[in-house]
Amino acid sequence: MLEIVIHIALLILFPPLLLGLINKTKSWFAGRTGPPLLQAYFDIAKLLRKGAVYSRTTTWVFRAGPIVSLGSVLSAGLILPLASNVAPLGFTGDVILFAYLLGLSRFFTMAAALDTGSAFEGMGASREAAFAVPAEPALFLSLAIVCIPAKAASFQAAWDALPWALWGGAHPAYLAAAIALFAVMLAENSRIPVDDPNTHLELTMIHEVMVLDHSGPDFAFILYGSAMKLFIIAALLVHVLLPIPEHLSWTGVILLCLGEAALAVLIGVVESVVARLRLTRVPQFLIGASVLAGIGLAIALYRGAA
Amino acid sequence: MADDSKNHLPPPESRHQAPSDLLWTTNDFAVALKDVPTVPDDRFKRICESAVSRGARLSALLVLPSKPAATNGTSSILAVLADDTRGRIGLIGLAVPRSNSFESLSDVLPQAQAFEREIFESHAIRPNGHPWLKPLRAHAELAPAGNGGSSPVPKHPFFQVAGEGIHEVAVGPVHAGIIEPGHFRFQCHGETVLNLEIQLGYQHRGAEELFLRSKPSRRLAIAESIAGDTVIGHALAYCRALESLSGIEPPLHAQVLRGIVLELERLSNHVGDLGALCNDVGYLPGASWMGRLRGEFLNLLMELSGSRFGRGFIIPGGVRFDLSATQKLTMLAHLAKADRDFNETAELIFDTPSIGSRFEYTGTVAFETAQELGLVGPIARASGCSRDVRNDHPFDVYRFAHIPVATAESGDVMARALVRWLEAQRSITFVKEQIAELAEGQLAHESEPLKPNSLVVSMVEGWRGEIAHVATSGPDGQLTSYKVIDPSFHNWPGLAIALRDEQISDFPLCNKSFNLSYAGHDL
Repeated sequence: MLEIVIHIALLILFPPLLLGLINKTKSWFAGRTGPPLLQAYFDIAKLLRKGAVYSRTTTWVFRAGPIVSLGSVLSAGLILPLASNVAPLGFTGDVILFAYLLGLSRFFTMAAALDTGSAFEGMGASREAAFAVPAEPALFLSLAIVCIPAKAASFQAAWDALPWALWGGAHPAYLAAAIALFAVMLAENSRIPVDDPNTHLELTMIHEVMVLDHSGPDFAFILYGSAMKLFIIAALLVHVLLPIPEHLSWTGVILLCLGEAALAVLIGVVESVVARLRLTRVPQFLIGASVLAGIGLAIALYRGAA
Repeated sequence: MADDSKNHLPPPESRHQAPSDLLWTTNDFAVALKDVPTVPDDRFKRICESAVSRGARLSALLVLPSKPAATNGTSSILAVLADDTRGRIGLIGLAVPRSNSFESLSDVLPQAQAFEREIFESHAIRPNGHPWLKPLRAHAELAPAGNGGSSPVPKHPFFQVAGEGIHEVAVGPVHAGIIEPGHFRFQCHGETVLNLEIQLGYQHRGAEELFLRSKPSRRLAIAESIAGDTVIGHALAYCRALESLSGIEPPLHAQVLRGIVLELERLSNHVGDLGALCNDVGYLPGASWMGRLRGEFLNLLMELSGSRFGRGFIIPGGVRFDLSATQKLTMLAHLAKADRDFNETAELIFDTPSIGSRFEYTGTVAFETAQELGLVGPIARASGCSRDVRNDHPFDVYRFAHIPVATAESGDVMARALVRWLEAQRSITFVKEQIAELAEGQLAHESEPLKPNSLVVSMVEGWRGEIAHVATSGPDGQLTSYKVIDPSFHNWPGLAIALRDEQISDFPLCNKSFNLSYAGHDL
């Protein structure tokens, strides 16, 4: 019971802090004070208090978009073990559902964007769809690498069987999976070098342009959902990289939080030192990540057989 | 006076090339209105075409106030042709026939197209054969507009592309950022732009008419407000025009101070542009450090003039404020520090591979295109056209202190960024030298009344490029016409061409690399 409470508390409360950490890191690089660490919480609270504006051309799809999107990300968060090896809703085959819940969230964001009929949002949705194609293999192949030692498509089994890969120097497949997952994390959460979350230029945006017409609580759900997505993918990465204890313990919680914070700072550093990729180069970046994960999978299979 | 300019200015070869066709003058050199030759439209077109084929560039095409005696009440059109390599300016008039139409130059001189649309819109004089005779500033939605609403504004559709998979994207005039209003209509195939049409005019304030309507003491403030980021450039062009018409020369000391503020304006804008370019590709350190450095240069302007944009510093006849010895020292100290920080940041930016990958081969304008469109300023220089008013038609202090022209070859965003870096470096060197060597001197001469019936072309290299003001005076020594050509007017078509076959997602970056003024175009 306590495990579930802590799991849900982490999932619900922690994500917006990551955005604050990223922004603080970027501000430090830019020599600015930057917004408060808790700014994302304030923003969400503010948006929840506001009313929403709906265009007359939109249908229920537009209104359903943010809710379904947040709901599917939340469900994905309940499938993924956070501070231990057990998740509230874990079952055999949950790895597949996890990936597709993220896909469902994206699908509804795109459908809501297309529903507005705006040229910008259509453009954003088409870009999101186009970049999801090369990003998905990277996610699936990385998940496959993680699942190979357990020979089961379940997070719990996978974490149980996961050797302390990098710590024991077992094999480089996990490193490949971690790098591919990091690339997926940047792409899925519209961070630089794939997308620029801070730009105001409609023509260059991917994710931001799809949510231009959302306002008030709907937009709060979108902000919150994307923070949670970032948190979840980062948690996956933390599990691959750090030895999280099997059973719930304070060590596990602290390791998870520290890992998440470190990844947020790393994203902030990446955003501070590289420029965004040209849009035509983004598929190359993601295909590169997929190929890397594929190589990792080949190594894992070979080592697993040997 | 026009006669002596004729006698000593044309180089020998022009004597074999129909010397009587054009009246040659120089930057800031007033000529008598009656000396400007007026020809019928077929000859006008031939003369302009041959001048351009010999290296001149259409600097302005404008309607002069009618000369009742000479042309029986019909108006005349004046072409100002800048011959950059020889440092002279050719003038030729066209007597508009009673049909109120003339043969369009645009089919042979694409650089004339915007000017002719302007003439059609504000004076209802039709250029026959113009390929895209659409209102330039006045739209059906914004009527009444133009000069007194005299010309009807027809609804004119945007250029359209049809076919499978073609879609249209409309951006503006209300934008997401804090920028000026303009409408951009893209015809796209997927992410590729097939055609971009730019519709401006939302900022039209009637600046040229205001010049004539206002009392003389207000005119400087109007000149300073033509484009908010080119306060000094336009003020200087206005003051030079006025001084030339009244036959005075500002004291050398004032000329030096004018050069210093003009370069400081260039510096603050070029530095700000480099930061904005970084911001558009999400490169944080470049954006934030250049953003801070822009403030440093604006503060130097503040030190000199009391305004961060240099308002009220330049006045007809000279300048308003001097630089004290302590101010010189503080400015030099600030400049040295800003110089170091600027070059370190610029080196970081241009050494970053992700910046190179983003800037190179984006929004390329070929040399031939730049020539044909008559682009000016850093945009033209980035495409390999060596043209800089400070060098080709030197004015004020630039006649004594030369700044080398910075050019690049590739014509892409990288070239436009590099030219800005180079120019900024040279401007810093220039400002440092001028401040260090600044002697005591008089600040301004008393203004004199304007000479009657004269015309002057006053060109200044603002940070965006050639600013040209064309002023005429009437028999009573009052201004009778005032035409302002902001460099943006020449360069907007260049942006539309740069976007052809580009990714639509690269538009903001290309737009920023041009960084044109909407207000300067709309007047």
